Amino acid sequence: MMFFIEVTLSGLMAGVMYSLVALGFVLIFKASGIFNFAQGVMALFAALTLVGLMEKFNFPVWLAIIGTIVVMIALAWLIERVMLRHLVNQEPIILFMATIGLAYVLEGAGDILWGSDVKLLDIGIPQGAWGWLWDQGIYVEKLELFAAGTAAILVIFLAVFFQKTRVGRALRAVADDHQAALSVGISLNTIWVVVWSVSGIVALVAGIMWGSKSGVQFSLSLIALKALPVLILGGFTSVPGAIVGGMIIGVGEKLAEVYFGPMVGGAIENWFAYMLALAFLLFRPQGLFGDKIIERV
Amino acid sequence: MNIAKLTRQAVLALLAMPLLSGVATAYELTIPSLDYRTGPYAPNGIPFANGYGDYLHMLNERDGGINGSKINLVACETAYNTKRGVECYENTKGEGESGALVYQPLSTGITYQLIPKSSVDRIPVFSMGYGRTSAANGKVFPWVFNFPATYWDQATVFIRYIGEKEGGMDKLKGKKIALVYHNSAYGKEPIRTLEKAAEQYGFEFLQLPVDHPGQEQKSTWLQVRQERPDWVLMWGWGVMNQVAIKEAASIRYPMDHFIGVWWSGSENDVLPAGDAAHGYLSGAFHQPGGNFPAHDDIRKYVYDKGMGLGERDRIGEVLYNRGLVAAMWTSEAIRKAMEIHKTNKIKGVHVRDGFEALDVDEARLTELGLPGFTIPVKITCENHEGPGKVALQQWDAKAQKWSLVSGFYEPLRDITAPLIAEDSAQYAKENGVVPRICG
Repeated sequence: MMFFIEVTLSGLMAGVMYSLVALGFVLIFKASGIFNFAQGVMALFAALTLVGLMEKFNFPVWLAIIGTIVVMIALAWLIERVMLRHLVNQEPIILFMATIGLAYVLEGAGDILWGSDVKLLDIGIPQGAWGWLWDQGIYVEKLELFAAGTAAILVIFLAVFFQKTRVGRALRAVADDHQAALSVGISLNTIWVVVWSVSGIVALVAGIMWGSKSGVQFSLSLIALKALPVLILGGFTSVPGAIVGGMIIGVGEKLAEVYFGPMVGGAIENWFAYMLALAFLLFRPQGLFGDKIIERV
Repeated sequence: MNIAKLTRQAVLALLAMPLLSGVATAYELTIPSLDYRTGPYAPNGIPFANGYGDYLHMLNERDGGINGSKINLVACETAYNTKRGVECYENTKGEGESGALVYQPLSTGITYQLIPKSSVDRIPVFSMGYGRTSAANGKVFPWVFNFPATYWDQATVFIRYIGEKEGGMDKLKGKKIALVYHNSAYGKEPIRTLEKAAEQYGFEFLQLPVDHPGQEQKSTWLQVRQERPDWVLMWGWGVMNQVAIKEAASIRYPMDHFIGVWWSGSENDVLPAGDAAHGYLSGAFHQPGGNFPAHDDIRKYVYDKGMGLGERDRIGEVLYNRGLVAAMWTSEAIRKAMEIHKTNKIKGVHVRDGFEALDVDEARLTELGLPGFTIPVKITCENHEGPGKVALQQWDAKAQKWSLVSGFYEPLRDITAPLIAEDSAQYAKENGVVPRICG
């Protein structure tokens, strides 16, 4: 029983780590209907920049984080200027393809600027087993607990931002209808810069958590693959959906791997997450918390 | 920053262009370098490619190449992707007057694809310590060389080491040994050997696969925590190694009972885990460190001229030395081929003969500026795996360096030899290969 609890808790924690990546996708999709293929690479780029500022310019942690946020905001502005501005009113698939190109550009830029080596990221986040629970016979990773706390704060911040601020309301208006938002004087370009900036900051948080876990390296961009089933399950437009979806995926894949994996040769968690998400799709195509799809004929 | 280096390399390349085009050059020795400097496995691919390229460039600068013939190193990016690796092979095999002389695929997946192609194109494949283990049988695989030891040798050496630490091979009975492996052709290579060893010595063998790339391994290590194996072996690569070592440390698994394959034992693998990686072990077939005379020559003839492929202070890292030793054996096989065929104008088919007559003993290693760097290697027509001996190295987190902590163990040939014979016979049967007669 203790082991079952341990696996479940670890699944919940791992799920939150996936959610951190999924959140970035949700923000951009919610505000602009773009599925940002480059979200994983943005997390990598942010983490590389953070480590680069600390290693090469000897920035203290707080200054490096501020510096990285500035870089991510500048990147958002650049993306809007160079890419999105020219693609207003294009089909979603065109915008999606543009983000594929963006992923390659960012990956290459990260490589040229900061190199391809594995970089140690230590900003003081506690790591290792949590002692008190360990003494009770349960293993929970401190880094993942910290990530869960951070995710909770992020969700509160985003909820307040979307519901209570002018910019947040404008974001929602743009998400509902570009044309209508434009007609009441909302600047689409400004909104896009804002949403890509916020998404860049969320990517930084994800990059810090995953980079602290495995070192900052190019495989970090592949964490986006872990976020996809979370999005399918939680819905592409729901912030709480990203969190709850992440937890369901995390727990589901861990239980499947530990209890069913050995019967079929193991290594099932990656595809099991997608299976779980697809099973959900059969019953709720818009995901657990996604907006209900209403097609008018 | 790397921009300065990139600019310098671009300028050098532009300056070199007139020399490469339109001017008749002497017979050059084409050696393709199937690199991966991009993608998730780049942190491991880069130091290997740097060591491989730097050594060959050093031969060019110091000795004018091999016996006076310059080496033309042709880099091709595979990103550790099998399809791209095969494309690289097809694009480079006809390069230059010599054509490709030998391939070092640095990927078991790519090696498997090149095995049938190499016999058609008559170009040897040197899959140094990786690839298809049964290619050790030179009668069935005349074009593939996997010395100085195979994965199966290494797996049995680990069992020998564990037996020694437990107080004798008979003490293995009832023990539990887990294998955490990359869920790919590479990661699965040692399974048969370990199953056989488990039967023979009576230990329980637990298999724990990890899917590519291995960024998330929580469930694997929860299973380790539950099963509590006495020893954990790892066949990992790339980010899988770093995450595994950190996870092992998190569940407080004793690091001196955790042994990685020689591809899971570089600085990249242990540094992200910090002090927690102290005591972690891995297989090795050469020394770590950059203080050998050959390293000094690389600094003098390559880096001092601004031609180094990597950073000067990273010369001597484990994977850099792995690339260097691969280049050393490759160049020695080419030298041998020239000696056998009494000409510098050699092709891949001649280099195969050079490999089969390769004999790099300690005296030759000393001449090459690598005294005691690795084990003496002697290859024959039937034996393409060489000595099969493997040592163990251990990570000292405080000193931040690897050191060999054992001598070189003989593999358990009573386990590996029948498996090699069986697997190569199976391959010969399936592919219609008639084993050649050696000697």
